[in-house]
Amino acid sequence: MTLGLFYFFAFIAIAGALGMLLNTKNTVAGALSLVVTMCALGAIYVQLDAYFVGALQVMVYAGAILVLFLFVVMLLNLRHDAFGVAGRLKPALATLGAIALGAGFLSLLPGAFGPAEALPVGFGGYRAVGAELFTDYVLAFEVTSLLLLSAMIGAVILAKRKID
Amino acid sequence: MELQVVLKMLFIVLVIMAAFLPLITWVERKQSAVMQDRIGANRAHVLGITALGLLHPAADVLKLLTKEDVVPAGANRWIHQLAPVIALVPAIITLAVIPYGGAYQMDGWVLNLVVSDIDWGMLYVFAVGSLATYGAVMAGWASNSNWGLLGSMRASAQMISYEVTMGLSLVGLFMVFNTLRLTEIAQAQDATFRVFGFLEHVFGIGVPGLLGWITLPNWGLFLQPLGFILFLTCIMAENKRPPFDAPEGESELVAGYHMEYSGMRFGLFYTAEFLEVPVIGMIVTTLFLGGWSIPWVSQSAIIGGLTPALGVTLATVLCMALHVVSFLLKVIIMIWLQMAIRWTLPRFRYDQVMDLCWKMILPISIANAFVTGGVILLLERA
Repeated sequence: MTLGLFYFFAFIAIAGALGMLLNTKNTVAGALSLVVTMCALGAIYVQLDAYFVGALQVMVYAGAILVLFLFVVMLLNLRHDAFGVAGRLKPALATLGAIALGAGFLSLLPGAFGPAEALPVGFGGYRAVGAELFTDYVLAFEVTSLLLLSAMIGAVILAKRKID
Repeated sequence: MELQVVLKMLFIVLVIMAAFLPLITWVERKQSAVMQDRIGANRAHVLGITALGLLHPAADVLKLLTKEDVVPAGANRWIHQLAPVIALVPAIITLAVIPYGGAYQMDGWVLNLVVSDIDWGMLYVFAVGSLATYGAVMAGWASNSNWGLLGSMRASAQMISYEVTMGLSLVGLFMVFNTLRLTEIAQAQDATFRVFGFLEHVFGIGVPGLLGWITLPNWGLFLQPLGFILFLTCIMAENKRPPFDAPEGESELVAGYHMEYSGMRFGLFYTAEFLEVPVIGMIVTTLFLGGWSIPWVSQSAIIGGLTPALGVTLATVLCMALHVVSFLLKVIIMIWLQMAIRWTLPRFRYDQVMDLCWKMILPISIANAFVTGGVILLLERA
């Protein structure tokens, strides 16, 4: 049952990813396929007992970031030829990068399956993640918020210059 | 076990789809008629019997089903046909985590009246709610219409903005109840607190006589009154019904994102908006109005009081029935409130909608979270 569900969501995730890659003519449909992938990934996280991450995956990526993607794509009304100027080197570099990333993941795979350990109570819940975030990783957490703040200020300054 | 889950699902979906949904279109017509001093829906009839206008929902469905299903020229067929479904689904699957009754001990097994009692219940509600945006966005874009696209732009900006503040407006409530699990939040409200008890607790002042006896139910409404107003505003804005219906404002955008839909596909958008009214009622009831609890009378008091006369099993069943009725009554009150707001306020201008979100609700809800945290610290230290 559980394994079957995993394969089901994994299939949907891959299908969505392929849909995004192959929909070069229709960028909106591509972005919508990415939404499908994000939701399927959220379901897989939930299956891995990472409930909090799963909920955030759907809420933040599918529910907010991709809506903004769609917003931009729709406003700019990009057509296929908008990507024509990228140059011939770019696809080759992208392929190389994808192969290197895939090889990196695969090389980690043998070590990833250690002996199964019992998960601590409350693993992956919002309490456990929150406690980690605000104790061991509080510095990284705060620095990330600074990063977001600087991005926000930058966007406001850029927008203001245009208005002035 | 599976049978139990299926029965619970059937109960909540049937209550919503078969009872609330048709009635709510009737309530909308009748309540608006009463508020505007009109006679209201009374034309649909079978053999001259109008039944107070109760036949109108059936007439609506017949009309929508028999209309032509138009796909405009140049539209993206797939996305155009998929969008109404995407708009409707989030409202339905939110029902999975809403407790419509407590947990009851029955001869060795426990009946927990919620379909899925997950630890991250409120996160699930937020996650599912955030997907509702796509129905409007896809509909507007796929219709190949400028009005539709403008409507979906407004819808997505409005819904993303109000999602942020919706989460923040509840932070205070989560701190008070110390959980995100909806069943625990409802259970925690099945108690009372002494209104002036804090004077004794924090400042050591004795409360004179009768004042010390005044109690209130432990409801979110009384513990987080500001949170209640903020959350209700946000979740009503998420639903895109008036006064927050700038995405489909007739005077500016014809019909906004669902302009190019006809027949039952338009009907699905319509259904999604109407369906969200009771769903919002259920969420607000669970979070702020004590869920299934009956004010001042706790579950153990009801069962304990009825047991001598009826026996444990019958007392438990009766208590369960009372709780479900109490829950549905509160939901009906919330539906009435939403309808009253919808027919009282005029539509906000689009910039007013965004200003309300970012310049009013966001700062107030952050302040609410800070003050709540401070008060909790004070009460714990004392």
